[in-house]
Amino acid sequence: METVEAHRETTIVVDVAGLVDAATALRDDHGFNFLSDITAVDYLGWGGGDVSGYIGTRTGRDLNSPMTQGFQAVPLAKPKRFAVNYHLLSISERPRRVRLQAWVDEGEPVPTLIPVWPTADWHEREAWDLMGIAIEGHPNMKRLLLDDDWEGHPLRKDYPVGGEPVRFSGEA
Amino acid sequence: MTTTAPRSLTSRQPIYEGSRVPSPIPTVLRTSQELLDTGDVMTVNFGPNHPSTHGVLRLVVDLYGEDVTGLEAVIGYLHTGFEKTMEQKTWWKCITYPERIDYVSFQNNEYVFVAAVEKLLALEIPPKAVWMRTLLNELNRIHSHLVWLGTSALELGAISMFWYAFRERDLVLDLSELVTGYRMHTRYFQVGGLAEDVPRGFYPECRKFCDWMPRAIDDYESMLTRNKIWLERTEGLGLLSAEDAIALGQSGPVLRASGVDWDIRRAEPYLAYHQVDFRVPVFQAGDVYARYRVHIEEMRESVRIVEQCLDRLEHMEGEPWIADDRKVVLPPRHELHTSMESLIHHFKIVTEGFRVPEGEAYVAIESPRGELGCYVCSDGGPKPWRVKFRAPSFVALQATATCMTDALIADMIAIVGSLDTVMGEVDR
Repeated sequence: METVEAHRETTIVVDVAGLVDAATALRDDHGFNFLSDITAVDYLGWGGGDVSGYIGTRTGRDLNSPMTQGFQAVPLAKPKRFAVNYHLLSISERPRRVRLQAWVDEGEPVPTLIPVWPTADWHEREAWDLMGIAIEGHPNMKRLLLDDDWEGHPLRKDYPVGGEPVRFSGEA
Repeated sequence: MTTTAPRSLTSRQPIYEGSRVPSPIPTVLRTSQELLDTGDVMTVNFGPNHPSTHGVLRLVVDLYGEDVTGLEAVIGYLHTGFEKTMEQKTWWKCITYPERIDYVSFQNNEYVFVAAVEKLLALEIPPKAVWMRTLLNELNRIHSHLVWLGTSALELGAISMFWYAFRERDLVLDLSELVTGYRMHTRYFQVGGLAEDVPRGFYPECRKFCDWMPRAIDDYESMLTRNKIWLERTEGLGLLSAEDAIALGQSGPVLRASGVDWDIRRAEPYLAYHQVDFRVPVFQAGDVYARYRVHIEEMRESVRIVEQCLDRLEHMEGEPWIADDRKVVLPPRHELHTSMESLIHHFKIVTEGFRVPEGEAYVAIESPRGELGCYVCSDGGPKPWRVKFRAPSFVALQATATCMTDALIADMIAIVGSLDTVMGEVDR
Protein backbone atom coordinates (compact mmCIF):
# COMPACT_ATOMS: atom_id res chain seq x y z
CA MET A 1 0.00 0.00 0.00
CA GLU A 2 1.31 3.37 -0.99
CA THR A 3 -0.09 6.84 -0.53
CA VAL A 4 0.46 9.58 -3.10
CA GLU A 5 -0.40 13.26 -2.69
CA ALA A 6 -0.79 15.25 -5.88
CA HIS A 7 -2.92 18.17 -7.02
CA ARG A 8 -4.41 18.48 -3.52
CA GLU A 9 -5.76 14.93 -3.73
CA THR A 10 -4.83 11.75 -1.89
CA THR A 11 -4.41 8.51 -3.79
CA ILE A 12 -4.01 5.17 -2.04
CA VAL A 13 -2.48 2.57 -4.34
CA VAL A 14 -3.22 -1.05 -3.41
CA ASP A 15 -2.64 -4.47 -4.93
CA VAL A 16 -5.63 -6.10 -6.55
CA ALA A 17 -5.36 -8.92 -3.99
CA GLY A 18 -5.79 -6.49 -1.12
CA LEU A 19 -8.48 -4.33 -2.76
CA VAL A 20 -11.52 -5.70 -0.94
CA ASP A 21 -9.77 -5.56 2.44
CA ALA A 22 -8.61 -2.01 1.82
CA ALA A 23 -12.08 -0.94 0.69
CA THR A 24 -13.74 -2.55 3.70
CA ALA A 25 -11.24 -0.93 6.05
CA LEU A 26 -11.76 2.48 4.46
CA ARG A 27 -15.52 2.13 4.81
CA ASP A 28 -15.65 0.72 8.33
CA ASP A 29 -12.64 2.27 10.05
CA HIS A 30 -12.21 5.54 8.18
CA GLY A 31 -15.81 6.51 7.43
CA PHE A 32 -15.71 6.43 3.63
CA ASN A 33 -19.32 5.36 3.38
CA PHE A 34 -19.95 6.68 -0.13
CA LEU A 35 -18.51 5.44 -3.41
CA SER A 36 -18.72 8.34 -5.83
CA ASP A 37 -17.34 6.82 -8.93
CA ILE A 38 -15.21 4.14 -10.53
CA THR A 39 -12.95 5.28 -13.35
CA ALA A 40 -10.80 2.94 -15.39
CA VAL A 41 -7.93 4.43 -17.34
CA ASP A 42 -5.97 2.78 -20.14
CA TYR A 43 -2.31 3.83 -20.15
CA LEU A 44 -1.33 1.99 -23.35
CA GLY A 45 1.11 4.21 -25.20
CA TRP A 46 1.50 6.56 -22.23
CA GLY A 47 4.50 8.82 -22.73
CA GLY A 48 5.08 7.35 -26.15
CA GLY A 49 5.69 10.70 -27.81
CA ASP A 50 9.07 12.33 -28.04
CA VAL A 51 10.34 15.19 -25.97
CA SER A 52 10.66 18.58 -27.53
CA GLY A 53 10.36 22.18 -26.67
CA TYR A 54 8.55 24.21 -29.22
CA ILE A 55 11.04 23.31 -31.95
CA GLY A 56 10.47 19.83 -33.18
CA THR A 57 10.61 16.16 -32.36
CA ARG A 58 13.61 13.94 -32.91
CA THR A 59 11.86 12.36 -35.83
CA GLY A 60 11.00 15.77 -37.19
CA ARG A 61 7.83 17.71 -36.86
CA ASP A 62 5.04 17.11 -39.30
CA LEU A 63 4.00 20.59 -40.32
CA ASN A 64 0.76 19.35 -41.82
CA SER A 65 -0.37 17.71 -38.65
CA PRO A 66 -0.79 19.93 -35.63
CA MET A 67 0.06 18.67 -32.18
CA THR A 68 3.01 16.52 -33.23
CA GLN A 69 5.38 18.69 -31.24
CA GLY A 70 5.97 16.16 -28.46
CA PHE A 71 6.12 16.64 -24.72
CA GLN A 72 8.12 19.08 -22.70
CA ALA A 73 8.96 16.19 -20.38
CA VAL A 74 8.22 12.50 -20.69
CA PRO A 75 5.48 11.61 -18.16
CA LEU A 76 6.27 9.15 -15.39
CA ALA A 77 5.97 5.51 -16.42
CA LYS A 78 3.02 3.54 -15.05
CA PRO A 79 3.34 0.11 -13.37
CA LYS A 80 0.72 -1.66 -15.49
CA ARG A 81 -1.59 -0.97 -18.40
CA PHE A 82 -4.87 -0.17 -16.61
CA ALA A 83 -5.61 1.85 -13.51
CA VAL A 84 -8.93 1.37 -11.76
CA ASN A 85 -9.74 4.40 -9.62
CA TYR A 86 -12.35 4.31 -6.88
CA HIS A 87 -13.34 7.79 -5.79
CA LEU A 88 -14.50 7.63 -2.19
CA LEU A 89 -16.26 10.20 -0.09
CA SER A 90 -17.07 10.40 3.57
CA ILE A 91 -20.55 11.81 4.14
CA SER A 92 -20.08 12.99 7.71
CA GLU A 93 -19.36 16.10 9.75
CA ARG A 94 -15.79 15.90 8.46
CA PRO A 95 -16.18 15.57 4.68
CA ARG A 96 -13.16 14.22 2.87
CA ARG A 97 -12.29 12.37 -0.29
CA VAL A 98 -9.74 9.78 -1.26
CA ARG A 99 -8.89 7.87 -4.40
CA LEU A 100 -8.30 4.14 -4.13
CA GLN A 101 -6.24 2.94 -7.05
CA ALA A 102 -5.47 -0.57 -8.28
CA TRP A 103 -3.31 -1.48 -11.29
CA VAL A 104 -4.05 -4.40 -13.60
CA ASP A 105 -2.81 -5.77 -16.89
CA GLU A 106 -4.94 -6.94 -19.78
CA GLY A 107 -7.30 -9.71 -18.67
CA GLU A 108 -6.30 -9.52 -15.02
CA PRO A 109 -9.53 -9.60 -12.96
CA VAL A 110 -10.52 -7.09 -10.30
CA PRO A 111 -12.77 -8.28 -7.44
CA THR A 112 -16.23 -6.75 -7.29
CA LEU A 113 -16.90 -4.17 -4.59
CA ILE A 114 -20.69 -4.59 -4.60
CA PRO A 115 -20.62 -6.18 -1.11
CA VAL A 116 -18.84 -3.07 0.18
CA TRP A 117 -20.73 -0.40 -1.77
CA PRO A 118 -23.82 -1.64 -3.68
CA THR A 119 -23.56 1.37 -5.99
CA ALA A 120 -20.50 -0.28 -7.56
CA ASP A 121 -22.86 -2.42 -9.68
CA TRP A 122 -23.27 -0.23 -12.77
CA HIS A 123 -19.89 1.44 -12.41
CA GLU A 124 -18.21 -1.96 -12.68
CA ARG A 125 -20.37 -3.00 -15.60
CA GLU A 126 -19.41 0.23 -17.33
CA ALA A 127 -15.70 -0.44 -16.65
CA TRP A 128 -16.09 -3.84 -18.30
CA ASP A 129 -18.21 -2.56 -21.15
CA LEU A 130 -16.12 0.41 -22.21
CA MET A 131 -12.65 -0.47 -20.92
CA GLY A 132 -12.66 -4.27 -20.71
CA ILE A 133 -11.77 -4.50 -17.02
CA ALA A 134 -12.71 -8.04 -15.98
CA ILE A 135 -14.70 -7.97 -12.74
CA GLU A 136 -14.59 -11.08 -10.59
CA GLY A 137 -17.70 -12.09 -8.66
CA HIS A 138 -20.11 -9.57 -10.17
CA PRO A 139 -23.59 -11.13 -10.03
CA ASN A 140 -24.86 -9.54 -13.26
CA MET A 141 -21.88 -9.05 -15.52
CA LYS A 142 -23.01 -8.01 -18.97
CA ARG A 143 -22.61 -4.97 -21.15
CA LEU A 144 -24.28 -1.84 -19.85
CA LEU A 145 -24.16 0.93 -22.44
CA LEU A 146 -23.35 -0.95 -25.64
CA ASP A 147 -25.20 -3.72 -27.44
CA ASP A 148 -24.80 -7.22 -26.03
CA ASP A 149 -23.07 -8.39 -29.20
CA TRP A 150 -20.67 -5.46 -29.45
CA GLU A 151 -17.06 -6.37 -30.07
CA GLY A 152 -14.20 -4.71 -28.28
CA HIS A 153 -14.03 -2.04 -25.61
CA PRO A 154 -14.15 1.44 -27.13
CA LEU A 155 -12.38 3.45 -24.44
CA ARG A 156 -9.19 1.40 -24.86
CA LYS A 157 -6.40 3.26 -26.57
CA ASP A 158 -6.01 0.57 -29.24
CA TYR A 159 -9.66 0.76 -30.28
CA PRO A 160 -9.85 2.37 -33.72
CA VAL A 161 -11.36 5.83 -33.95
CA GLY A 162 -13.49 6.14 -37.05
CA GLY A 163 -13.38 3.85 -40.03
CA GLU A 164 -15.39 1.05 -38.45
CA PRO A 165 -17.80 -0.68 -40.80
CA VAL A 166 -21.37 0.47 -40.24
CA ARG A 167 -23.84 -2.29 -39.57
CA PHE A 168 -27.25 -1.84 -41.13
CA SER A 169 -30.33 -3.60 -39.85
CA GLY A 170 -31.21 -6.70 -41.81
CA GLU A 171 -27.59 -7.52 -42.56
CA ALA A 172 -26.24 -10.78 -41.28
CA MET B 1 -22.41 30.95 5.64
CA THR B 2 -25.22 28.91 7.08
CA THR B 3 -23.29 26.01 8.51
CA THR B 4 -25.03 25.93 11.87
CA ALA B 5 -24.31 23.62 14.77
CA PRO B 6 -23.39 20.09 13.72
CA ARG B 7 -26.48 18.06 13.03
CA SER B 8 -26.95 14.38 12.79
CA LEU B 9 -26.54 13.54 9.13
CA THR B 10 -29.08 10.76 8.99
CA SER B 11 -32.75 10.90 9.83
CA ARG B 12 -33.81 10.20 13.36
CA GLN B 13 -36.45 7.66 12.46
CA PRO B 14 -35.79 5.06 9.80
CA ILE B 15 -38.28 5.19 6.95
CA TYR B 16 -38.53 1.40 6.99
CA GLU B 17 -36.82 -1.41 8.88
CA GLY B 18 -33.71 -2.92 7.37
CA SER B 19 -32.53 -2.47 3.80
CA ARG B 20 -34.69 -2.73 0.71
CA VAL B 21 -31.77 -2.87 -1.72
CA PRO B 22 -32.25 -6.09 -3.73
CA SER B 23 -29.61 -8.77 -3.34
CA PRO B 24 -27.37 -10.08 -4.88
CA ILE B 25 -27.88 -7.59 -7.76
CA PRO B 26 -28.54 -4.17 -6.20
CA THR B 27 -30.14 -2.76 -9.35
CA VAL B 28 -32.46 -5.58 -10.40
CA LEU B 29 -35.72 -6.56 -8.77
CA ARG B 30 -36.43 -10.26 -9.37
CA THR B 31 -39.84 -11.93 -9.31
CA SER B 32 -39.92 -14.90 -6.96
CA GLN B 33 -39.92 -18.34 -8.53
CA GLU B 34 -43.26 -19.32 -6.89
CA LEU B 35 -44.96 -16.35 -8.48
CA LEU B 36 -43.42 -17.12 -11.87
CA ASP B 37 -44.68 -20.72 -11.56
CA THR B 38 -48.26 -19.50 -11.27
CA GLY B 39 -47.99 -18.36 -14.89
CA ASP B 40 -49.77 -15.11 -14.12
CA VAL B 41 -46.71 -12.88 -14.36
CA MET B 42 -46.54 -10.73 -17.46
CA THR B 43 -43.29 -9.15 -18.63
CA VAL B 44 -43.75 -5.74 -20.20
CA ASN B 45 -41.27 -3.54 -21.99
CA PHE B 46 -41.66 0.03 -20.80
CA GLY B 47 -39.79 2.22 -23.23
CA PRO B 48 -37.27 2.89 -24.70
CA ASN B 49 -39.56 5.23 -26.60
CA HIS B 50 -42.12 6.25 -24.05
CA PRO B 51 -43.06 9.89 -23.53
CA SER B 52 -42.58 9.74 -19.77
CA THR B 53 -39.17 8.10 -19.60
CA HIS B 54 -37.35 11.46 -19.86
CA GLY B 55 -35.47 10.32 -22.93
CA VAL B 56 -34.79 6.77 -23.95
CA LEU B 57 -34.95 4.61 -20.88
CA ARG B 58 -36.14 1.02 -21.13
CA LEU B 59 -37.59 -0.70 -18.09
CA VAL B 60 -38.29 -4.41 -18.28
CA VAL B 61 -41.11 -4.86 -15.80
CA ASP B 62 -42.67 -8.04 -14.43
CA LEU B 63 -46.32 -7.49 -13.61
CA TYR B 64 -48.58 -9.56 -11.44
CA GLY B 65 -51.87 -7.84 -11.97
CA GLU B 66 -51.08 -4.24 -11.13
CA ASP B 67 -48.17 -5.08 -8.85
CA VAL B 68 -44.64 -4.63 -10.05
CA THR B 69 -42.82 -7.79 -8.99
CA GLY B 70 -39.68 -7.50 -11.07
CA LEU B 71 -37.82 -4.63 -12.68
CA GLU B 72 -34.62 -4.07 -14.56
CA ALA B 73 -33.48 -0.81 -16.12
CA VAL B 74 -31.77 -1.11 -19.49
CA ILE B 75 -29.76 1.92 -20.59
CA GLY B 76 -27.37 2.88 -23.34
CA TYR B 77 -29.79 4.00 -26.05
CA LEU B 78 -28.31 7.48 -26.00
CA HIS B 79 -24.67 6.48 -25.68
CA THR B 80 -22.63 8.79 -27.87
CA GLY B 81 -19.11 8.22 -26.61
CA PHE B 82 -18.46 11.72 -25.27
CA GLU B 83 -15.51 10.54 -23.22
CA LYS B 84 -13.79 8.95 -26.20
CA THR B 85 -14.46 11.98 -28.37
CA MET B 86 -12.96 14.32 -25.80
CA GLU B 87 -9.71 12.37 -25.88
CA GLN B 88 -9.37 13.40 -29.53
CA LYS B 89 -9.82 17.13 -28.95
CA THR B 90 -7.61 19.76 -27.38
CA TRP B 91 -8.48 20.80 -23.83
CA TRP B 92 -10.12 24.03 -24.78
CA LYS B 93 -12.16 22.51 -27.59
CA CYS B 94 -13.48 19.93 -25.12
CA ILE B 95 -15.46 22.53 -23.18
CA THR B 96 -18.37 22.26 -25.59
CA TYR B 97 -18.87 18.56 -24.85
CA PRO B 98 -19.74 18.41 -21.13
CA GLU B 99 -22.69 20.75 -21.51
CA ARG B 100 -24.23 18.40 -24.04
CA ILE B 101 -23.90 15.45 -21.68
CA ASP B 102 -26.56 16.80 -19.32
CA TYR B 103 -28.36 19.19 -21.60
CA VAL B 104 -30.68 20.42 -18.84
CA SER B 105 -28.01 21.55 -16.38
CA PHE B 106 -25.52 22.53 -19.06
CA GLN B 107 -23.87 25.34 -17.10
CA ASN B 108 -22.97 23.10 -14.17
CA ASN B 109 -21.48 20.49 -16.47
CA GLU B 110 -19.47 23.13 -18.25
CA TYR B 111 -18.17 24.39 -14.92
CA VAL B 112 -17.12 21.01 -13.53
CA PHE B 113 -14.92 20.26 -16.52
CA VAL B 114 -13.33 23.70 -16.54
CA ALA B 115 -12.76 23.41 -12.78
CA ALA B 116 -11.01 20.07 -13.20
CA VAL B 117 -8.66 21.49 -15.84
CA GLU B 118 -8.00 24.52 -13.66
CA LYS B 119 -7.14 22.21 -10.77
CA LEU B 120 -4.43 20.53 -12.84
CA LEU B 121 -3.18 23.92 -14.04
CA ALA B 122 -3.40 25.38 -10.48
CA LEU B 123 -4.88 28.49 -12.03
CA GLU B 124 -6.15 31.43 -9.99
CA ILE B 125 -9.55 32.75 -11.12
CA PRO B 126 -10.43 36.45 -10.78
CA PRO B 127 -13.24 37.20 -8.30
CA LYS B 128 -15.61 38.54 -10.93
CA ALA B 129 -15.49 35.25 -12.80
CA VAL B 130 -15.99 33.31 -9.58
CA TRP B 131 -19.12 35.26 -8.69
CA MET B 132 -20.50 35.18 -12.20
CA ARG B 133 -19.98 31.43 -12.38
CA THR B 134 -21.79 31.03 -9.07
CA LEU B 135 -24.66 33.13 -10.35
CA LEU B 136 -24.99 31.24 -13.62
CA ASN B 137 -24.76 27.87 -11.89
CA GLU B 138 -27.65 28.84 -9.63
CA LEU B 139 -29.74 30.20 -12.50
CA ASN B 140 -29.07 26.91 -14.20
CA ARG B 141 -30.21 25.02 -11.11
CA ILE B 142 -33.51 26.90 -11.26
CA HIS B 143 -33.77 26.04 -14.95
CA SER B 144 -33.12 22.38 -14.34
CA HIS B 145 -35.56 22.13 -11.44
CA LEU B 146 -38.22 23.88 -13.52
CA VAL B 147 -37.84 21.37 -16.32
CA TRP B 148 -38.09 18.57 -13.78
CA LEU B 149 -41.11 20.09 -12.09
CA GLY B 150 -42.94 20.80 -15.33
CA THR B 151 -42.40 17.41 -16.91
CA SER B 152 -42.96 15.37 -13.74
CA ALA B 153 -46.21 17.13 -13.01
CA LEU B 154 -47.23 16.75 -16.64
CA GLU B 155 -46.70 13.01 -16.45
CA LEU B 156 -49.03 12.81 -13.48
CA GLY B 157 -51.69 14.79 -15.29
CA ALA B 158 -51.06 18.31 -13.98
CA ILE B 159 -50.82 19.85 -17.44
CA SER B 160 -51.09 23.46 -16.32
CA MET B 161 -47.97 23.05 -14.18
CA PHE B 162 -45.99 22.41 -17.32
CA TRP B 163 -46.97 25.75 -18.85
CA TYR B 164 -46.24 27.68 -15.68
CA ALA B 165 -42.85 26.03 -15.16
CA PHE B 166 -41.82 26.53 -18.76
CA ARG B 167 -42.87 30.18 -18.64
CA GLU B 168 -40.20 30.87 -16.00
CA ARG B 169 -37.76 28.50 -17.66
CA ASP B 170 -37.94 30.76 -20.68
CA LEU B 171 -37.04 33.75 -18.53
CA VAL B 172 -33.90 31.94 -17.37
CA LEU B 173 -32.99 31.09 -20.94
CA ASP B 174 -33.52 34.73 -21.92
CA LEU B 175 -31.00 35.74 -19.27
CA SER B 176 -28.64 33.09 -20.53
CA GLU B 177 -29.00 34.47 -24.04
CA LEU B 178 -28.36 37.98 -22.78
CA VAL B 179 -25.06 37.01 -21.14
CA THR B 180 -23.66 34.38 -23.44
CA GLY B 181 -25.42 34.77 -26.75
CA TYR B 182 -26.90 31.31 -26.53
CA ARG B 183 -29.95 30.02 -24.75
CA MET B 184 -28.43 26.62 -24.02
CA HIS B 185 -24.95 25.08 -24.38
CA THR B 186 -23.36 28.44 -23.82
CA ARG B 187 -19.63 27.67 -23.67
CA TYR B 188 -19.33 30.80 -21.59
CA PHE B 189 -16.87 29.40 -19.05
CA GLN B 190 -13.31 29.32 -20.26
CA VAL B 191 -10.33 27.78 -18.53
CA GLY B 192 -9.27 30.78 -16.45
CA GLY B 193 -12.58 32.61 -16.19
CA LEU B 194 -15.31 33.76 -18.55
CA ALA B 195 -15.27 34.03 -22.32
CA GLU B 196 -16.54 37.63 -22.35
CA ASP B 197 -17.31 40.37 -19.89
CA VAL B 198 -20.82 40.51 -18.43
CA PRO B 199 -22.86 42.62 -20.85
CA ARG B 200 -24.41 45.92 -19.84
CA GLY B 201 -28.02 45.56 -18.80
CA PHE B 202 -27.69 42.06 -17.42
CA TYR B 203 -27.83 42.96 -13.74
CA PRO B 204 -31.12 44.89 -13.86
CA GLU B 205 -32.73 42.14 -15.96
CA CYS B 206 -31.54 39.52 -13.53
CA ARG B 207 -32.88 41.58 -10.60
CA LYS B 208 -36.29 41.65 -12.28
CA PHE B 209 -36.18 37.88 -12.55
CA CYS B 210 -35.21 37.53 -8.88
CA ASP B 211 -38.14 39.72 -7.88
CA TRP B 212 -40.54 37.69 -9.98
CA MET B 213 -39.35 34.16 -9.29
CA PRO B 214 -40.41 33.78 -5.61
CA ARG B 215 -43.94 34.73 -6.60
CA ALA B 216 -43.87 32.17 -9.40
CA ILE B 217 -42.73 29.51 -6.94
CA ASP B 218 -45.66 30.49 -4.70
CA ASP B 219 -47.88 29.85 -7.73
CA TYR B 220 -46.46 26.37 -8.20
CA GLU B 221 -46.88 25.59 -4.55
CA SER B 222 -50.46 26.79 -4.52
CA MET B 223 -51.14 24.41 -7.37
CA LEU B 224 -49.40 21.32 -6.00
CA THR B 225 -48.22 21.40 -2.40
CA ARG B 226 -51.65 20.85 -0.84
CA ASN B 227 -53.36 19.50 -3.93
CA LYS B 228 -55.20 16.33 -2.94
CA ILE B 229 -54.57 14.51 -6.21
CA TRP B 230 -50.88 15.43 -6.16
CA LEU B 231 -50.53 14.27 -2.55
CA GLU B 232 -52.18 10.95 -3.31
CA ARG B 233 -49.96 10.36 -6.31
CA THR B 234 -46.72 11.23 -4.51
CA GLU B 235 -46.93 10.66 -0.75
CA GLY B 236 -45.47 7.43 0.60
CA LEU B 237 -44.29 6.31 -2.84
CA GLY B 238 -40.83 5.34 -3.99
CA LEU B 239 -39.44 5.03 -0.48
CA LEU B 240 -35.72 5.21 0.02
CA SER B 241 -34.15 5.25 3.47
CA ALA B 242 -31.08 7.30 4.31
CA GLU B 243 -28.87 4.21 4.68
CA ASP B 244 -30.04 2.74 1.37
CA ALA B 245 -29.59 6.08 -0.37
CA ILE B 246 -25.97 6.31 0.77
CA ALA B 247 -25.30 2.66 -0.06
CA LEU B 248 -26.69 3.21 -3.56
CA GLY B 249 -24.58 6.34 -4.03
CA GLN B 250 -27.57 8.67 -4.29
CA SER B 251 -26.89 12.38 -4.16
CA GLY B 252 -28.58 15.73 -4.54
CA PRO B 253 -32.33 16.13 -4.02
CA VAL B 254 -32.89 12.36 -3.77
CA LEU B 255 -30.45 12.10 -0.88
CA ARG B 256 -31.77 15.19 0.89
CA ALA B 257 -35.35 13.93 0.55
CA SER B 258 -34.24 10.80 2.41
CA GLY B 259 -33.18 12.83 5.41
CA VAL B 260 -29.44 13.11 4.78
CA ASP B 261 -28.24 16.64 5.39
CA TRP B 262 -25.60 16.73 2.70
CA ASP B 263 -24.82 19.37 0.11
CA ILE B 264 -21.42 19.69 -1.53
CA ARG B 265 -21.91 23.44 -1.81
CA ARG B 266 -21.81 23.62 1.98
CA ALA B 267 -19.66 20.58 2.86
CA GLU B 268 -16.84 21.25 0.40
CA PRO B 269 -17.47 24.82 -0.76
CA TYR B 270 -16.31 25.68 -4.26
CA LEU B 271 -16.73 28.93 -6.23
CA ALA B 272 -18.19 31.56 -3.88
CA TYR B 273 -20.48 29.28 -1.91
CA HIS B 274 -18.61 29.84 1.35
CA GLN B 275 -19.43 33.56 1.08
CA VAL B 276 -23.15 33.33 0.43
CA ASP B 277 -25.94 32.61 2.84
CA PHE B 278 -28.25 29.75 1.92
CA ARG B 279 -30.20 26.98 3.56
CA VAL B 280 -30.01 23.30 2.62
CA PRO B 281 -33.54 21.90 2.59
CA VAL B 282 -33.80 18.39 4.05
CA PHE B 283 -36.94 16.29 4.26
CA GLN B 284 -37.30 13.06 6.17
CA ALA B 285 -40.00 11.11 4.34
CA GLY B 286 -37.85 9.66 1.53
CA ASP B 287 -40.81 9.60 -0.87
CA VAL B 288 -41.72 11.28 -4.13
CA TYR B 289 -43.44 14.14 -2.30
CA ALA B 290 -40.31 14.85 -0.24
CA ARG B 291 -38.27 15.02 -3.46
CA TYR B 292 -40.78 17.50 -4.84
CA ARG B 293 -40.50 19.62 -1.70
CA VAL B 294 -36.68 19.61 -1.88
CA HIS B 295 -36.79 20.81 -5.48
CA ILE B 296 -39.17 23.65 -4.63
CA GLU B 297 -37.18 24.79 -1.59
CA GLU B 298 -33.92 24.62 -3.53
CA MET B 299 -35.30 26.97 -6.16
CA ARG B 300 -36.11 29.50 -3.44
CA GLU B 301 -32.58 29.23 -2.06
CA SER B 302 -31.09 29.55 -5.54
CA VAL B 303 -32.93 32.83 -6.05
CA ARG B 304 -31.43 34.08 -2.78
CA ILE B 305 -27.94 33.06 -3.88
CA VAL B 306 -28.40 34.80 -7.24
CA GLU B 307 -29.39 38.00 -5.43
CA GLN B 308 -26.31 37.85 -3.23
CA CYS B 309 -24.13 37.31 -6.30
CA LEU B 310 -25.71 40.36 -7.93
CA ASP B 311 -24.96 42.45 -4.82
CA ARG B 312 -21.28 41.66 -5.28
CA LEU B 313 -21.12 41.77 -9.05
CA GLU B 314 -22.71 45.19 -9.31
CA HIS B 315 -19.63 46.60 -7.59
CA MET B 316 -17.17 44.81 -9.85
CA GLU B 317 -17.60 46.93 -12.97
CA GLY B 318 -14.36 47.03 -14.93
CA GLU B 319 -12.65 44.21 -13.09
CA PRO B 320 -10.98 41.41 -15.07
CA TRP B 321 -13.16 38.44 -15.91
CA ILE B 322 -10.44 36.04 -16.95
CA ALA B 323 -7.03 35.11 -15.56
CA ASP B 324 -3.98 36.80 -17.04
CA ASP B 325 -2.02 33.72 -18.11
CA ARG B 326 -1.01 34.00 -21.73
CA LYS B 327 -0.05 30.34 -21.98
CA VAL B 328 -3.65 29.29 -21.32
CA VAL B 329 -5.93 32.24 -21.97
CA LEU B 330 -6.50 33.84 -25.35
CA PRO B 331 -5.02 37.36 -25.50
CA PRO B 332 -7.44 40.31 -25.68
CA ARG B 333 -8.79 40.77 -29.17
CA HIS B 334 -7.56 44.34 -29.63
CA GLU B 335 -3.94 43.35 -28.99
CA LEU B 336 -3.89 41.08 -32.02
CA HIS B 337 -3.62 44.07 -34.35
CA THR B 338 -0.64 45.62 -32.61
CA SER B 339 1.30 42.92 -30.79
CA MET B 340 3.27 40.16 -32.50
CA GLU B 341 3.50 38.11 -29.28
CA SER B 342 -0.24 38.22 -28.74
CA LEU B 343 -0.85 37.03 -32.26
CA ILE B 344 1.56 34.14 -31.76
CA HIS B 345 -0.11 33.16 -28.49
CA HIS B 346 -3.53 33.35 -30.07
CA PHE B 347 -2.40 31.21 -32.97
CA LYS B 348 -0.68 28.69 -30.73
CA ILE B 349 -3.66 28.23 -28.42
CA VAL B 350 -6.13 27.91 -31.28
CA THR B 351 -4.15 25.46 -33.41
CA GLU B 352 -2.13 23.51 -30.90
CA GLY B 353 -4.03 24.04 -27.68
CA PHE B 354 -2.48 24.74 -24.32
CA ARG B 355 -0.63 22.12 -22.34
CA VAL B 356 -1.93 20.86 -19.03
CA PRO B 357 0.58 19.49 -16.48
CA GLU B 358 0.75 15.74 -16.07
CA GLY B 359 -1.50 14.26 -13.43
CA GLU B 360 -5.03 13.28 -12.52
CA ALA B 361 -7.75 15.18 -10.70
CA TYR B 362 -11.30 14.54 -9.57
CA VAL B 363 -13.57 17.51 -9.00
CA ALA B 364 -17.09 17.13 -7.61
CA ILE B 365 -19.77 19.81 -7.52
CA GLU B 366 -23.41 19.90 -6.50
CA SER B 367 -25.23 19.91 -9.81
CA PRO B 368 -29.05 20.19 -9.78
CA ARG B 369 -29.15 16.39 -9.86
CA GLY B 370 -26.52 15.71 -7.22
CA GLU B 371 -22.84 14.98 -7.12
CA LEU B 372 -21.46 15.71 -10.54
CA GLY B 373 -17.86 14.58 -10.73
CA CYS B 374 -15.26 15.07 -13.41
CA TYR B 375 -12.09 13.02 -13.51
CA VAL B 376 -9.40 14.26 -15.85
CA CYS B 377 -6.03 12.72 -16.58
CA SER B 378 -3.31 14.52 -18.51
CA ASP B 379 0.01 13.28 -19.89
CA GLY B 380 1.33 16.81 -20.18
CA GLY B 381 0.14 17.27 -23.74
CA PRO B 382 -2.52 19.45 -25.32
CA LYS B 383 -5.25 16.77 -25.28
CA PRO B 384 -6.82 14.98 -22.32
CA TRP B 385 -5.58 11.44 -21.81
CA ARG B 386 -8.85 10.45 -20.17
CA VAL B 387 -11.98 12.28 -19.12
CA LYS B 388 -14.70 10.64 -17.08
CA PHE B 389 -17.92 12.08 -15.74
CA ARG B 390 -19.57 10.86 -12.59
CA ALA B 391 -23.12 11.45 -13.73
CA PRO B 392 -25.65 11.81 -10.90
CA SER B 393 -28.49 10.56 -13.13
CA PHE B 394 -26.58 7.39 -13.93
CA VAL B 395 -26.32 6.64 -10.23
CA ALA B 396 -29.89 7.75 -9.50
CA LEU B 397 -31.26 5.16 -11.92
CA GLN B 398 -29.54 2.46 -9.88
CA ALA B 399 -32.05 3.20 -7.12
CA THR B 400 -35.03 2.40 -9.35
CA ALA B 401 -35.27 -1.21 -8.19
CA THR B 402 -35.15 -0.22 -4.52
CA CYS B 403 -37.70 2.56 -4.91
CA MET B 404 -40.03 0.35 -6.94
CA THR B 405 -40.18 -2.42 -4.32
CA ASP B 406 -43.87 -3.09 -3.53
CA ALA B 407 -45.04 -0.43 -6.00
CA LEU B 408 -47.88 -0.46 -8.51
CA ILE B 409 -47.39 0.01 -12.23
CA ALA B 410 -49.34 3.28 -12.15
CA ASP B 411 -46.89 4.71 -9.63
CA MET B 412 -43.86 3.82 -11.70
CA ILE B 413 -44.07 7.06 -13.68
CA ALA B 414 -44.11 9.14 -10.52
CA ILE B 415 -41.28 7.21 -8.91
CA VAL B 416 -38.92 7.05 -11.87
CA GLY B 417 -39.66 10.69 -12.66
CA SER B 418 -38.87 11.74 -9.09
CA LEU B 419 -35.31 10.46 -9.44
CA ASP B 420 -34.79 13.36 -11.87
CA THR B 421 -32.73 11.62 -14.51
CA VAL B 422 -31.54 13.01 -17.82
CA MET B 423 -30.80 10.18 -20.20
CA GLY B 424 -28.08 12.07 -22.05
CA GLU B 425 -26.13 12.08 -18.84
CA VAL B 426 -26.93 8.47 -17.97
CA ASP B 427 -25.63 7.13 -21.27
CA ARG B 428 -23.02 9.79 -22.09
